[in-house]
Amino acid sequence: MKEIVKNHDTFPKLLARNAEVFGDRKVAMREKEFGIWQEFTWREYHDHVMYFSLGMVSLGLLPGDKVAIIGDNRPEWVWAEVAAQAAKAVPLGLYQDSTLKEVSYIIDHSDASFVVAEDQEQVDKILDMKEQLPKVRYIIYSDPRGMRGYKQPFLLDFKEVENFGRELEQRDPGLFGKNVGATKYEDMALICYTSGTTGFPKGAMLSFRNLLSMAANLMEVDGKFENDEFVSFLPLAWIGEQMMCLSSALLTGFTVNFPEKPETVQENIREVGPTIMFSPPRIWENMTSTVQVKVMDASRLKRWMYHWALPVGYEYADTVFRKKAIPASLKLRHKLAYALVFRALKDRLGLLRIRSASTGGAALGPDVFKFFNAMGVNLKQIYGQTEISGISCIHREGDINFDSVGKPIPETEVTLSGSGEILSRSPSVFLGYYKNPEETDKTLADGWLHSGDAGYFNEDGHLIVIDRVKDVMHLNDGTRFSPQFIENKLKFSPYIKECVCMGNQRDFIAGMLCIDYANVGKWAEGRRISYTTFTDLAAKPEVLELLAKEVEKVNETLPATTRISKFVPLYKELDADDDELTRTRKVRRAFVGERYKHVVEGMYAGEAAIPIDATIKYQDGKTSRIRTTLTVRNL
Amino acid sequence: MPLLRIDDIHLSFGGVKAINGVSIDVEKGRIHAIIGPNGAGKTSIFNCISSVYKPQRGGVYFEDRKVTGMKPDRVTHLGIARTFQNIALFHHMTVLDNLMLGRHQFMKRGILAGGIFLGPARTEEIENRKAVEDIIDFLEIENIRKKPVGTLAYGLRKRVELGRALALKPKLLLLDEPMAGMNLEEKEDMARFILDINEEWGVTILLIEHDLGVVMDISRRVSVLDFGVKISEGEPAEVANDPRVIKAYIGEDDSFLGEMEAR
Repeated sequence: MKEIVKNHDTFPKLLARNAEVFGDRKVAMREKEFGIWQEFTWREYHDHVMYFSLGMVSLGLLPGDKVAIIGDNRPEWVWAEVAAQAAKAVPLGLYQDSTLKEVSYIIDHSDASFVVAEDQEQVDKILDMKEQLPKVRYIIYSDPRGMRGYKQPFLLDFKEVENFGRELEQRDPGLFGKNVGATKYEDMALICYTSGTTGFPKGAMLSFRNLLSMAANLMEVDGKFENDEFVSFLPLAWIGEQMMCLSSALLTGFTVNFPEKPETVQENIREVGPTIMFSPPRIWENMTSTVQVKVMDASRLKRWMYHWALPVGYEYADTVFRKKAIPASLKLRHKLAYALVFRALKDRLGLLRIRSASTGGAALGPDVFKFFNAMGVNLKQIYGQTEISGISCIHREGDINFDSVGKPIPETEVTLSGSGEILSRSPSVFLGYYKNPEETDKTLADGWLHSGDAGYFNEDGHLIVIDRVKDVMHLNDGTRFSPQFIENKLKFSPYIKECVCMGNQRDFIAGMLCIDYANVGKWAEGRRISYTTFTDLAAKPEVLELLAKEVEKVNETLPATTRISKFVPLYKELDADDDELTRTRKVRRAFVGERYKHVVEGMYAGEAAIPIDATIKYQDGKTSRIRTTLTVRNL
Repeated sequence: MPLLRIDDIHLSFGGVKAINGVSIDVEKGRIHAIIGPNGAGKTSIFNCISSVYKPQRGGVYFEDRKVTGMKPDRVTHLGIARTFQNIALFHHMTVLDNLMLGRHQFMKRGILAGGIFLGPARTEEIENRKAVEDIIDFLEIENIRKKPVGTLAYGLRKRVELGRALALKPKLLLLDEPMAGMNLEEKEDMARFILDINEEWGVTILLIEHDLGVVMDISRRVSVLDFGVKISEGEPAEVANDPRVIKAYIGEDDSFLGEMEAR
């Protein structure tokens, strides 16, 4: 891999190489449309990038300009990114479900002059804020649906821009090659806006060197190959997806598949049967709860088989984790369990061909971890942050410990500061935050990347991440605990979607839980408990007892000093649109604590019930008032 | 020349006069709404247009051809498609199959050719599937393509039924209460689809709807019926201020007034 990077050290150069090596013989991308997987070969990928890049150049895109891209995962998203890079401009991605405020903040902060938006929905967001965005010169959309009534001269169809590019190519045939040749290893390749659990998003500037060295180093310990299949369904604005869809795919030449719709992802994964997968915990957690719920609906025989097979899988996984020899009887039982249950399960989840599966972005509960390994999916934990181009540590094959995040990848040093903060250093450490030198200096103090995470190394040299440094909490009696650790255990329950634990400078730990509406709803239907809304369901006494049982189960696995003493089920789901979660679905603890202050205070004041009178804002801007009472459950 | 001309039709069932001399012209390219209290004869008019009922007097003309007296399937061939108040789909068939069935009139090959599935039969099937996939993409129902209709939520079924009607490639689409029983979000989606069908596909739309907010928002022209008689017609704003319309609704539905005034 490093040989390739030596000669082709930027994305556009790698693309040109792949177009030459693979040409029309190998599929670079697939997109499901009209019910059929439409294919694009490396040659076609290259040509789209070439024409779109030249098209933007003919519209006046200059080196150093910024190009903002927003939309679902589509080939055009990736083409636009590499096209911008080929013109020595800098692309940046926006999360497709961002609110108006977030979109306009990032577009304005990044000084973007071109915006590539997927469809009417995204174009509308930008048009709504157009007056506050004087720097935007063109908005280019790739899906013309619904755009017929828009007459603004700065609105262009993606294909139209490609046609401009074709014309320029005819006038100046060598231009694109020259442009690509001018891109450099050290050039800024991408600005990655991190959602951050506090404050405004910060734009991490990453060079080709950062991105490519990270991908190459990761591949040395977690190989990816030309004939791999990958399904791209996580936001392309996220560094993890960038690492797979761009850096890794361009380096190895594997095929990236884009699902038809966000709703069809699960189905499409099964159709493709990916061999590599990298997803945040939420995806793996969702799969686990789907399985658990479906099993409840299955026939008695199937249920019995599942409940017999799962412990066998756990035992097997545990033995492997402990690196012990596997007894012949266990081997046999596991074979049988695999043939009877796990193989079918893997097939249903689309994981039958998975060779390398990893999770990262946040901590994954050990139970979910074990679950997949029991099934025979060798799920590995990855650790890193956007500022180090995504990844600094990963589990090695056969050396998996579900409490840890593994060991540093090659060329990466990881150490701890005096206060226990995780520091790292590698060629992948970013160039700095865009237009934010103070934060850059703080994050890169003394030449080390400060992660803000607290952690330690265990005796095997594995890094263990405890929590965010600022999130580690102390009870009044001095007991230290990580709320995230408890929350992840709780979230393994199919009935609990989100939870927030508190207890810093308090006498005990209390939690606010959000029920999993679909699963609890199903449970309630099965017991003939009628309900109307989320709020209503969450307030049912039966549901409270159900949750209490789940919390008690988790409490049993926790040290006696850090158990949950009280909880309330919340009346609404935590939502990124309300700023309660980040776009990557991490809880914004401080904000949530402030917003539900009287709930928290009520629990600690020992109240049995907490009255709620709140206004909920829906996505379309409508509001509704909710009045209810939350019952505090003591344990 | 209007696309559809309803000319002084009279329809009675025994002693009950359902329609009593109604004339409505539907211009090409318009969204035209028919409103009126329950039992005003709205659906009966639809049934006259699609020639399920034969009015005792008067006639319906589509592109200047008299459809009254034709067989209903002939009317469909002329380019009139409709959806029903209470969804008419095959519940055990998938969404895809229901939509393919909507293409039935475009399928000319016989059972045998279809069974062997070679040559023209194959080409025909592919063409029809393409048309159906266009509709699936348009209505954003990719994720339920292979689901049996019976397992779908009500709002989605309504959307599938709209798709089935679209599969006929109609010139005129008759929608009988397309938003009945939907929540706000579903209504907004449906309104969006109706507007898009009208503007993007150039289909003329005649709709019956009880949600007056929607009617006033999306239609260019409104006809008001009461007891089988047309009592008013015009632009939404004109109709809303027509004292006869207000009178017809007063006592029966006060909210109508409020809603009208709010506009």
